[in-house]
Amino acid sequence: MSALDVTTAAVSKKSPKQRRGTELWLLVFAYAIGVAAFAQVDIVLLDQLSADFTTFALVFGLGLVAAHVSLRWLAPHADPILLPTVSLLNGLGLAMIHRLDLAEDLNPTDPDYVAQLGWFVLAIGIFFAVLLFVRDHRVLQRYTYTAMLIGLLLLVLPLLPFIGAEINGARIWVRLTLGPRTFSFQPAEVAKIVLIVFFAGYLVVKRDVLALARSRVFGIDLPRGRDLGPILVAWVASLGVLVFQQDLGTSLLFFGLFVTMLYIATERRSWIFIGGVLFAAGAFAAYQLFDHVQLRVGIWLDPFTDESGNGFQLAQSLYGFASGGVLGVGLGQGHPDFVPFAKTDFIMSAFGEELGLTGIMALLALYGIVIERGMRTAVACRDSFGKLLAAGLSVAIGIQVFVVVGGVMKLIPLTGLTTPFLSYGGSSLVANWALVALLLRVSDAARRPPEVTRREAVT
Amino acid sequence: MSELTLTVLRLGFLVLLWTFVLTLAGVMRSDMFGPRVTRSRAPKPRQASTPKPPKGAAAKSSRRGSARVLTVVEGSLAGTSVTLGTAPITIGRSADCTVVIDDDYASNHHARISPHESGWIIEDLGSTNGTYVQRTRVAGAMSVPLSTPIRIGKTVMELRK
Repeated sequence: MSALDVTTAAVSKKSPKQRRGTELWLLVFAYAIGVAAFAQVDIVLLDQLSADFTTFALVFGLGLVAAHVSLRWLAPHADPILLPTVSLLNGLGLAMIHRLDLAEDLNPTDPDYVAQLGWFVLAIGIFFAVLLFVRDHRVLQRYTYTAMLIGLLLLVLPLLPFIGAEINGARIWVRLTLGPRTFSFQPAEVAKIVLIVFFAGYLVVKRDVLALARSRVFGIDLPRGRDLGPILVAWVASLGVLVFQQDLGTSLLFFGLFVTMLYIATERRSWIFIGGVLFAAGAFAAYQLFDHVQLRVGIWLDPFTDESGNGFQLAQSLYGFASGGVLGVGLGQGHPDFVPFAKTDFIMSAFGEELGLTGIMALLALYGIVIERGMRTAVACRDSFGKLLAAGLSVAIGIQVFVVVGGVMKLIPLTGLTTPFLSYGGSSLVANWALVALLLRVSDAARRPPEVTRREAVT
Repeated sequence: MSELTLTVLRLGFLVLLWTFVLTLAGVMRSDMFGPRVTRSRAPKPRQASTPKPPKGAAAKSSRRGSARVLTVVEGSLAGTSVTLGTAPITIGRSADCTVVIDDDYASNHHARISPHESGWIIEDLGSTNGTYVQRTRVAGAMSVPLSTPIRIGKTVMELRK
């Protein structure tokens, strides 16, 4: 039997399904674009390549090689497109943060880009650790309720005294002082992944009950009253986030995520309808009750009446997009630093100004590709938990990009989430690399030929 | 720096970015239609070990005997397909099965489909509710023709080329 297994493994090694070679040259391409962006920033603004360029080219390159090697070792059948796509996004983000550093000061003393490069190294470490420790995503299903507890704990963490901190009006930070340095951290970014594991594990068990229909109203199958429990709990929890942490984005992300996963699990459109009604009710109540929500909506409807006050940020962002036009003003040639918080929430408007509509569409296409690969993984996955997990992870990226880019472009009220992989911010970068690692883990299982699965199950 | 250089840099970068996006689209396309290439190569090693079916004199009919994918037609996993190799495939609710179906009427290790001289055979692994090929309940080993519904609980699957 073992002799047979060895031969089948040898055959599958040659199978074109692994496609690690494709991944490698796509990765080289992505690396080249990242380096080109960085070099262009340096050449335009400083007329020469700075010392930062060398460190970036080295660290970014080594990081990508490490990620690629860990996939070859730990997930040889994983999707070949995900890693190069997120690598390019990460590289462009680093280049843009460097560019904004230079806009503040041509000889920056404590550049944010260096910190972000450090976070990138840590993120690759976490990426490797996730692949190493989660050898089979189905193991995660055992920790469904542990994940729920950890997720809720992480959400509550910023509200606790001493370690919780309020920065820029939102109480979503945990601040730890270790010796001379202070570390700030957004636990919600990690909670996102942990709660997706919980949603997937929970819905896979309960979906048959949640898919039961009682009555049919206007062509929509309504669920039984007592099955409304979970969605109400998710609703109350996300309203809690909104009220106590004043974090519109996270609240929207979690509720949207739960409703979408509920819909995917049960295939009942009524959940989307119910979710929409609950969301509308919650949004209306929040608008009536809370000043900060009213302020955000007011800015969204008309940023220009109070252009130098509250509407300043959004108005500057829109001017940025306008001056970028179709082709952009070119990297290093605009004024993206006019927008407050350009490195974090508003990094898309910096790209909009310097790369124009063409560049923004390319970036959104890259996000679209990440989501498509995730959904394809979900379709190809052979177990329901993995399907829901992969779908949830990619939907999370989708909702997050929609919410933040929509806010920056004045499509929806501004909420304050990070743009995955682009924005400055350690928690977000590390969490999103961990998310991609999980997605690649599921995709490795989905694309692996059955004989290899069997061989590993035996050993 | 001259205006021309700046314009070239500006537009060149956008071209680079879109070249990457289009390259990705190309890889995605080849990935989607990739299995076709695999299918035309896959039967070769098996044909060497598989004796030709008695009736088929032509190569076409010998290829007809070997299914290459197991596709789930109905049930919660509908649409999923598993490429068949030379190893047997197990179906059931347990996580160590090749195809994990979460179907209330399926057992942990429900059935096994394994390659045989003339095609694929299915065995019921002592399930509670049984495995059905068309309308007959599987007892012992039973050969499975192509495109014949195999029913396990609420899940229906087929062997396909």
